[in-house]
Amino acid sequence: MHIPDGYLSPATCGTMYAVSLPFWFVAIRKVKQVLTTRTVPILAIFAAFSFVLMMFNVPIPGGTTAHAVGATLLAIVLGPWAAVLGVSVALGIQALFFGDGGLLTFGTNCFNMAIVMPLVGYFVYKVISANSDVKSPRRTLGAVIGSYMGIIAASGVAGIELGLQPGLFHAVNGTPLYAPYGLSVAVPAMLIAHLAVAGPVEAVVSGGVVAYLQRAHPSLIKAGAVGTKEGKLWILWGTLGVLALAAPVGLLASGTAWGEWGVDELQTMGLGFIPKGLQTLYRWWPAPLPDYGFPRMGAVIGYIMSAVLGMAVIAFLVWMLGRRLVRRTSPAAQVASQQEHTG
Amino acid sequence: MTGEGFLTKNISGITHTLESVIVAEDLCRAPGLLQRLDPRAKVVTFALFIVTVGLARSFWPLSAIFALILAVTAASRISMGFFLKRIFLFIPIFTLVIAIPALFVTPGSPLVTMASKVIITEQGARTAGLLFLRVTDSMSFGVLLILTTRWTSVLAALRWLRMPSLLVDILGMTYRYIFLLLHSTNSMFLARRSRTLGSFSSNENRRWLTRALGTTMVKSRHLSEDVYLAMLSRGYQGETRVLNDFKMEYRDFLWVAFALVAVSVAIWSNRL
Repeated sequence: MHIPDGYLSPATCGTMYAVSLPFWFVAIRKVKQVLTTRTVPILAIFAAFSFVLMMFNVPIPGGTTAHAVGATLLAIVLGPWAAVLGVSVALGIQALFFGDGGLLTFGTNCFNMAIVMPLVGYFVYKVISANSDVKSPRRTLGAVIGSYMGIIAASGVAGIELGLQPGLFHAVNGTPLYAPYGLSVAVPAMLIAHLAVAGPVEAVVSGGVVAYLQRAHPSLIKAGAVGTKEGKLWILWGTLGVLALAAPVGLLASGTAWGEWGVDELQTMGLGFIPKGLQTLYRWWPAPLPDYGFPRMGAVIGYIMSAVLGMAVIAFLVWMLGRRLVRRTSPAAQVASQQEHTG
Repeated sequence: MTGEGFLTKNISGITHTLESVIVAEDLCRAPGLLQRLDPRAKVVTFALFIVTVGLARSFWPLSAIFALILAVTAASRISMGFFLKRIFLFIPIFTLVIAIPALFVTPGSPLVTMASKVIITEQGARTAGLLFLRVTDSMSFGVLLILTTRWTSVLAALRWLRMPSLLVDILGMTYRYIFLLLHSTNSMFLARRSRTLGSFSSNENRRWLTRALGTTMVKSRHLSEDVYLAMLSRGYQGETRVLNDFKMEYRDFLWVAFALVAVSVAIWSNRL
């Protein structure tokens, strides 16, 4: 799922950096609050662990091997925000040293594998394991299903990012400039590969490691899962995860709107008529309409701008919501509010 | 799959990773063109080049940039065979495989027709070629940066570019501990391999693997505690300072100027 440079347009890469930025920002703040001066050594060594985990070849039926990402596993043991940073750093080193994933696409890869994956995975894990005992099989099951859902969500988002490219960025004669396959190919291709191979590998690794830790080192699971500092904030993380998922869907929706706009524009551009069937065709495949030369760049920039703006609004709302929730649940705030009531 | 095959694959994979980085560290010290440049100049101009490669809309600028990459590689005393192997070995080949169906399914004007059916379209061939060149060019800059710059210098340059010190510190330490953990897991695989006679089922191998990962995770946890205490006892208070003795020299400015001209020409060619 590591998207190399060249598959996505710089505009998409920029947008995805902008989308990832608030998550990194929140993650750094959260992690610093809990770990204080321990932040650097703990995150560094677990990022190193995450890197090593991605290098492990897991045997799969059929005689070949695949590797896991481990984002959900890291979220279960370290908490979701630490996982966001740990996996991001591991991805950064992979991109820099081994060319595994590009540098322009780094923000995108982080969004998929270091933000969507651990947040969705952790949310599902929390829902399934709830407040069960540290050694409860519900936690193992939560890790298995959570990590599976996490990687599927991430691959779906990656499929959307890749699938948007040919429709949005193509040369005048219709040549797709970046990833050549549309949504109808890219999304199923990504999903099927991950539903069938990478997903099960992720689930087996996460479930296996969590089961081992439950047996041999329950304190590690406990520390991550029942940390009182986290409280009921997992609801917020879940919301963030869902919003993170919804964001590219929003991209998709505005993409269609852009397509409709193009057809409207055809009429006003003095073409006078829209060839029969063009309207429906256009919606499904904008690429074969090269010769009408609409102001494509303006539309793309507008689309990107609105997407960034939308993301910023969402991020801001989530942040506000988060602040409210934190105030409600943190003991200091409770004391403060009690004082208000008595005073 | 036999237990031996799976273990061997992991051992050779990890060893290969360790080796490739050690080779990179040796190359950083060679007296070549890129090695002598200021790391800040390199980071900034390479980033510019990667963006330019992303923006290019035709074969010419992408091919010209690849020619530039090869010239600079030669001037930096990096063996051409080694460099080409390093950039082509995995991702561009994978990209070619991905791009092949695009030759046939991309709608457009016919390039190759057979039995009065369009087989390959001009647009399909162009998109496959563009993707391949773009991926190769972008990868090359990343590889060149790492082959010719010491990791500490890259980090210092990132710090100079105002990347938060927390992130730079984490990046630096992660790099250090990746080696420790890779060595330690490699030993685990080797120990297992030396105790293995005959073969195991995939199931048994997976179980062993998850236990090995779990153990590594517990080790990482202990390690992070020890490292933290060691840092504390040396006076760490959550901030680090870097000694930054970079100095831009004549050749650095020359390189930056050259890069700016090259980038402008490449971007200007998009308008043709």
